[in-house]
Amino acid sequence: MKTRIQQLFENKHSNITSVYYTAGFPQPDATRPILKALQDKGIDLVEIGIPFSDPMADGPVIQASSHQAISEGMNLKKLFEQLEGMRTEIHIPVILMGYVNVIMQFGIEAFCKACTQVGVDGVILPDLPMHDYLEAYKPIMDAYGLSMVLLITPETSTERILEIDKNTDSFIYMVSSAATTGAQTAFDAKKQDYFQRIHAMNLKNPCLIGFGISNKATYDAACKNAQGAIIGSRFITCLRQHPNDYAQAVDALLKQLQQ
Amino acid sequence: MYQVNENGYFGEFGGAYIPEILFSNVETLKNQYRAILEDPSFQQEVDQLLADYVGRPSPLYHAKRLSEHYGCQIYLKREDLNHTGAHKINNTIGQIVLAKRLGKTRIIAETGAGQHGVATATVCALMNMECIVYMGKTDVERQELNVQKMRMLGASVYPVTSGNQTLKDATNEAMRDWCSHPVDTFYIIGSTVGPHPYPDMVERFQSVISREMKEQLQTKLGRNYPDYILACIGGGSNAAGAFHHYLDEPRTQLIAIEAAGKGTDTDETAASILLGRLGILHGSKSLIMQTEDGQIIEPYSISAGLDYPGVGPLHAHLARTGRSTVLAATDAEALTAAMELTRMEGIIPALESAHALAGLSKITFKPEDVVVVNLSGRGDKDMDTYLRYI
Ligand SMILES: Cc1ncc(COP(=O)(O)O)c(C=O)c1O
Repeated sequence: MKTRIQQLFENKHSNITSVYYTAGFPQPDATRPILKALQDKGIDLVEIGIPFSDPMADGPVIQASSHQAISEGMNLKKLFEQLEGMRTEIHIPVILMGYVNVIMQFGIEAFCKACTQVGVDGVILPDLPMHDYLEAYKPIMDAYGLSMVLLITPETSTERILEIDKNTDSFIYMVSSAATTGAQTAFDAKKQDYFQRIHAMNLKNPCLIGFGISNKATYDAACKNAQGAIIGSRFITCLRQHPNDYAQAVDALLKQLQQ
Repeated sequence: MYQVNENGYFGEFGGAYIPEILFSNVETLKNQYRAILEDPSFQQEVDQLLADYVGRPSPLYHAKRLSEHYGCQIYLKREDLNHTGAHKINNTIGQIVLAKRLGKTRIIAETGAGQHGVATATVCALMNMECIVYMGKTDVERQELNVQKMRMLGASVYPVTSGNQTLKDATNEAMRDWCSHPVDTFYIIGSTVGPHPYPDMVERFQSVISREMKEQLQTKLGRNYPDYILACIGGGSNAAGAFHHYLDEPRTQLIAIEAAGKGTDTDETAASILLGRLGILHGSKSLIMQTEDGQIIEPYSISAGLDYPGVGPLHAHLARTGRSTVLAATDAEALTAAMELTRMEGIIPALESAHALAGLSKITFKPEDVVVVNLSGRGDKDMDTYLRYI
């Protein structure tokens, strides 16, 4: 049986728009309504961030949203409570993104079980190296039918990209540049070369490009070189500007991606 | 038995939990560091610098009045006499020579007390390398002298304003810089923390402390081991260096002293081995002070160098296997011990080292016991604190 993620990529081959936001931001109970607003506005795939106090791969915007969410009491248990029953209204794929320590304290098995129960499709753990994933996490995640989304970067060797491609059954998260998360205004020639190099590898999995997507130039570059784009910090900024109207925040984001 | 294994673990602690962008950088380091460290020309370059530039070997001083006071034979390993005033430079000398051999051009570092920052800025001046130091804003304020030294040495010091604005946050920011410069930059980590191979590599660079101790004890006492070694633990580098050559010496008791802050039964503490749970922070699995949800707890200690919520994987392993004994000293106990050393021996210790000295009053010694206290640094940087509290 095809997973929701596989279904998405089968039905849509380009311009896939994926949005990241932090659970419990801008209000503790915002998680579900934001998810619904994103789906209603035609977003194809959503990544919900599990806030962590020390997010090593994140820039200031996501750091600040995480700290706010934590200080207002957000945690993994609450997130699962908020997502409980989402599949009655949410049909797009939902992925959880977080740092290993939080998952470890919750218990990896308990985490996978809760994901499956509420209808989460996949997981991204940016500080879990592929080798550790294959050894310690994959058997459990497979048993629960959860997909792991692995990342590749401009520093990932061809050999390693092929190994990541082999061990992926959803899509590959292509990190645009050597950077933490956060808006960039353009991707230079070197980044475009990297995009084209990966494009030319004809990987078996589709790719989405993330980190730094914030406007038309960066969004178009991602869509041209991969199946679509992942937007995080820019959407968090839109939520900050429209903290009480999530639909308006999504509209603001979509407008910026055309400018 | 206490060595790192081929996967980068000390028992169940260690590993390399890093974002993919750093994989290639860390993998290269992992594959090359041992060969480089064992290369005679590398060793010669490092040893020469340690001798002529740092001033090693550091003396092993028999502290007679302190010995009399505690009823045992106390020797101080004088890392406070090193150039830049602490053990930190043993490691930065090693790492900068390594960084050069790897062809790196840009150096970054985190610092708490500023000792590691100064030691890094110093070797960068020596080697003419660009140097960027991340330091929590709280620490920038409480260790002003060291900030001024780093700037005079030509380093850029970036005050970090996230979190508690101390060592943990400085380390986060250094990691983020590293993620953004994964090719040309070498991250000189200041303690036995971070992803494999850093904990092992830093331990090796600091192991000169116990290597000298062995020879010095042999010369002074006709036996090359002490009954006790006491060292303070922030991330664990001075302790790792002082313990290294005695890890397999059952006659030597290894005593690690953590910062209890206001007390291990309060929220204001940095005793991560005593209060931590298995977790992952800054690239390795170790004992971490954290909430039930896995959020890292902001630690507290009067000493900026011990104000860290985790501990190097070696020390988690030594503690869990019973090879080391872990004690904790409060702010007040450390201040008392600092004053005691100052008045009895005429040596003003760093606040971090004062925690190790505070361990003396927590152990019952026999008169013939030989006790080495690793005096990891001098107290210049802590004068403001001392003048305020004593
Ligand atoms: C003098 C001194 N001792 C000890 C420490 C603690 O570090 P570690 O546990 O790595 O030795 C520091 C850290 O800044 C220091 O400056």
